[in-house]
Amino acid sequence: MSLSLFLEQILNGLQFGIMLFVMAAGLTLVFGVMGLINLAHGSLYMIGAFACAAVAGATGSFWLGLAASLAAAAIAGVVVEIVVIRRLYARDHLDQVLATFALILIFSEATRYLFGSFPLYLDTPEILSGAVTFPGGFQYPAYRLAIIFIGFIVAAGLFWLISSTRLGIRIRAGESDREMITALGVDIGKLYTVVFALGAALAGFAGALVGAIQSVQIGMGEPVLILAFVVIVIGGIGSIPGALVASILVGLTDTLGRTLLPIVFGTFMDNSAASSTGSALASMLIYILMAAILVFRPTGLFGARG
Amino acid sequence: MRRETWISFAFIVAGLLLVLVAWLGDEPFTITLATKVVILSLAGVGLNLALGHGGLVSLGHAAFFGLGGYAMGILASHAQNYEPLMIGSWAMEGTKSMPLIWLAAMLVAVLFALPIGVLSLRTSGVYFIMITLAFAQMIYYFAISWPAYGGEDGMSIYVRNSFPGLNTLDPIQFFVLCALILAICLILVDRLVKSRFGMALEAARQNPQRVTSLGIDTFRLQLTAFVISAAITGLAGALYADLNRFVSPSMLSWQVSGEIMIFVILGGVARFAGPLAGASVFIALEYFLGGLTEFWQFWLGLLLLVVILFARGGIIGVLAGERRHG
Repeated sequence: MSLSLFLEQILNGLQFGIMLFVMAAGLTLVFGVMGLINLAHGSLYMIGAFACAAVAGATGSFWLGLAASLAAAAIAGVVVEIVVIRRLYARDHLDQVLATFALILIFSEATRYLFGSFPLYLDTPEILSGAVTFPGGFQYPAYRLAIIFIGFIVAAGLFWLISSTRLGIRIRAGESDREMITALGVDIGKLYTVVFALGAALAGFAGALVGAIQSVQIGMGEPVLILAFVVIVIGGIGSIPGALVASILVGLTDTLGRTLLPIVFGTFMDNSAASSTGSALASMLIYILMAAILVFRPTGLFGARG
Repeated sequence: MRRETWISFAFIVAGLLLVLVAWLGDEPFTITLATKVVILSLAGVGLNLALGHGGLVSLGHAAFFGLGGYAMGILASHAQNYEPLMIGSWAMEGTKSMPLIWLAAMLVAVLFALPIGVLSLRTSGVYFIMITLAFAQMIYYFAISWPAYGGEDGMSIYVRNSFPGLNTLDPIQFFVLCALILAICLILVDRLVKSRFGMALEAARQNPQRVTSLGIDTFRLQLTAFVISAAITGLAGALYADLNRFVSPSMLSWQVSGEIMIFVILGGVARFAGPLAGASVFIALEYFLGGLTEFWQFWLGLLLLVVILFARGGIIGVLAGERRHG
């Protein structure tokens, strides 16, 4: 395999991983702070993508669409938190699973009612439509490179938010002892709404960014949701650094596995058998990774020791 | 008799009456729909043992459901093509006989549930949910890319398998067969959870430390429950494949795990007739709302949400009115 193909796959893996991180960050915060399993997180991702496609289609500006995706997902997050989610914090995980599954049905059908069953297309913005040429002649799509860049900025922003701001201190305090911070006069209900809206906005943002390279359609959130759960479980629930490490790990493992495994198997098998065995193993790879990590570290890489 | 027992009994009688009316009115579609409810309830009965009584929230039961389906598909396809099934150098005849297929389905489910259970039980809580999902996803992707038995397209079995003395292609006869199996499994599981084993399992769910301090090995207890639960769900998978005369990787997908889980939660976790109530209400709603509006999933979601927010303990829990401990 040539070096440039290898580089391209590494970048693809990074791009996939960092978008998983933006998606998973909200999920892990909501789980860590409120103890809530939110299956409807994938719906917020879908809402972001549809809002972006609709606004970009109407105004012709991708950037307005991106702003709309943040706003739409955050607003949807606040409404859902106030109407439904808030009643679920005290319930056990099974009730949360069923209720948020119901939310998936509601969101998907409402979106289908508004936009129809056909996928929407979202073009990448004009200035990022070309390819970037690296020294040495290696080319890579500018938009994907921009996504990697934006993803890392979001990650840095989140780290700063959690470690150095008053909101971050409250979030961390809420994670470790919610009774105590209530007693200290923090309005925990409002904190929960803010955290949920933050996670929702991030999910919507990821949906819009990824929507431009894939298609924007109903049900696009659920496969990503499963991967985001894989990420937060590998990383250790509630841990933002864990989610970052795990999402890059998952992104690289999946992307590199799909290209490298067929080649590795090709060294000792005939070609068609190698490509089918290789791709079979490649799609199982992240789940094998997750199972192996959980067997050796039952609370994830960065999880609290039980 | 307790109120829950009466309600469960009334539920079963009402279901049977409905099927009787459908049979007298010659409506094979309704009978087939009822058969689907019965089979999916059986899968739920399996999961309910692990999830409800054992506290082991498995999001990987589609693995056992699908493996049961594939056990049926593989045995029947070898029988219908008259090719022996080669396991290493040992050749085995395929079979179209239901009892043999059921045995094979349960055996396969047990063989997979043992290692999956041993590894998964190292974790708990949400990590347990996710590790069971991981194993199911591995099997799902394996089935998709394994070309020998249909790969992604799955495979069809042209004639439903046979049971001595019955014409299984007659909807009512197949329904009665499935309903009898469900009844037997319901009674067996009920006996099991009321036995010493079941008491210990329930105690281990509520307070594992205390159970361990009494000298009971919670790991073996939970592993046993997990394996029995998988076997029942595997049996349901074989029946479901026989109902549709078709197996495909979609039986192994995480959506199926989620659906079985939703039947159990909707009906009432750890309730005797919970899975039956959950599956029948869910499928009936799916069918009736589907006839009324194109956007039936919206209304189904809204209804589920209202039930979960305002009616705690699932359908049976609300009707029976007593709260479960823990």
